[in-house]
Amino acid sequence: MAFLKLIMFLKDYIKDVFGAIKSLATGMKRTGYYFTHHKEIITQQYPDNRETLHLPERFKGEVVMPHDENNEHRCTGCTACELACPNGTIKVVTKFDITPDGKKKKAIDKLVYHLELCTMCNLCIEACPSDAIKMAQTFEHSVFDRAQLTKVLNKPGSKIMDGVE
Amino acid sequence: MYRETQIVSDVAKTPLTGEGTFTINVGPQHPATHGVLHLVITLNGETILNIEPHLGYIHRSIEKMCESLTYRQFIYVTSRMDYLSAHINNHACALCVEKGMQIEIPSRAQVIRVLMDELTRIASHELWWGAMAMDVGAFTPFFHAFRERETINDIMEETCGARLTMNYMVPGGVMYDIHPNFQKRVKDFLQLYKRKIHEYDELVTGNIIFQNRMKGVGVLTAEDVISYGCTGPVARGSGVSSDIRKLYPYEIYDKLEFDEVLETAGDSFARYLIRLREMNQSIRIVEQLIDNIPEGDFQAKTKAVLKLPKGEFYQRVETARGELGVYIVSEGGTTPYRIKFRSPGFSNLSILNHMVKGSKIGDLIAAMGTLDLVIPDIDR
Repeated sequence: MAFLKLIMFLKDYIKDVFGAIKSLATGMKRTGYYFTHHKEIITQQYPDNRETLHLPERFKGEVVMPHDENNEHRCTGCTACELACPNGTIKVVTKFDITPDGKKKKAIDKLVYHLELCTMCNLCIEACPSDAIKMAQTFEHSVFDRAQLTKVLNKPGSKIMDGVE
Repeated sequence: MYRETQIVSDVAKTPLTGEGTFTINVGPQHPATHGVLHLVITLNGETILNIEPHLGYIHRSIEKMCESLTYRQFIYVTSRMDYLSAHINNHACALCVEKGMQIEIPSRAQVIRVLMDELTRIASHELWWGAMAMDVGAFTPFFHAFRERETINDIMEETCGARLTMNYMVPGGVMYDIHPNFQKRVKDFLQLYKRKIHEYDELVTGNIIFQNRMKGVGVLTAEDVISYGCTGPVARGSGVSSDIRKLYPYEIYDKLEFDEVLETAGDSFARYLIRLREMNQSIRIVEQLIDNIPEGDFQAKTKAVLKLPKGEFYQRVETARGELGVYIVSEGGTTPYRIKFRSPGFSNLSILNHMVKGSKIGDLIAAMGTLDLVIPDIDR
């Protein structure tokens, strides 16, 4: 009886040992496959592949204000983006322009954008009624001084495009 | 004998202070705790007598912050709770606001939302699988998992504009329509996944060292799981049915064909198998929907300023970790009066002491890995 028990134990033991070796060999086979198949490696060498790196057009990098060739933008200064922002990232400073026929007209003086507070949630772009701002595909934002992250989005001397209300 | 893990059963009677016991700290800066979790562990030799998690290292007072944000604005903050299932968190908040406003969501938006949820769930489980293998000492599986996860992240980046904190779900639908390439790229991903999924079993599941470290370790009975309020794969690993998608269907989950994965062993290996098989169920859902995205609007027409009527609203969803509940108390204004999130991570962490008490300290990391803790979700 004791002999039978020993045989059973040895049988199980040897089965376990060989099963264990087989399982380890299966894993090593997979590792060896990738060791010999270099074409299946998908690692990207980031700083070296800057030229070929393409980000999709919807990527949310930072808020910019597009200007056309006449240095004109589409921002009316309605402050919809400022109200939509959850973090107080955007501050619209308005001024009054005097039109040729002598009337006062509200326009933006500065659109101040704090990149350091921005979480790229896209709510300001959704809120803008005149498509004046959009997301840029930049992502390398590190600078040496925090003050450089506070940006004025409208270019100096720019004015509003004709026909945008 | 070599296969059994010895669990000291009379650990409750051992005093926590006195000769032979000592205390060690794991974390808050420890690679195995997946974040800033601080565990104060009382040991007797190698046997764990007590574990006390210390929280608060990444507390950002998200619930209080939401009280000063409008119903459109507060959704983006919830991406920062459980950052691995950011879509599903946003989904829960959007659903809760829609429930209060009684907004009808277009069917196209519903399908897109469910697709994104399931892709997020797969991505989250992929990352967990890699991190789990790394916890028990295998480094290569992490890169195998990231190969598939990266594909999902690229899909997200193309359609939502971000890889992790998308803020894609808004009250009334989704923020913008899917990218023209979306369907093709998801199909490519499905092919890649099916071609590569057997590697997961070859590398980790069948590995004898991995099995010996997982089987019979961290056993939870169904009673334990219910009394501690665990949900998600932790509950389903012990045989407790807790899939919110089946029990309280939201969106179009009641029309979809998928199984709730259940295991009865209750040990670490059962929870491991649950997550692997759950990925296959998510793949099934994606396959059903990807060719059947209905035409129409992706967003319902809503007012510029959302105002919830006075009252209380609650919505629960199934994230990759378990049940997430969003509870909004409204006074009728533009901002919520109070918001409470019932996060799955907090309840799952609370069972840790019960789970590993009496085990050896070597089993702690392996057992804790199967809980799939995301620390910002616990602290909020």
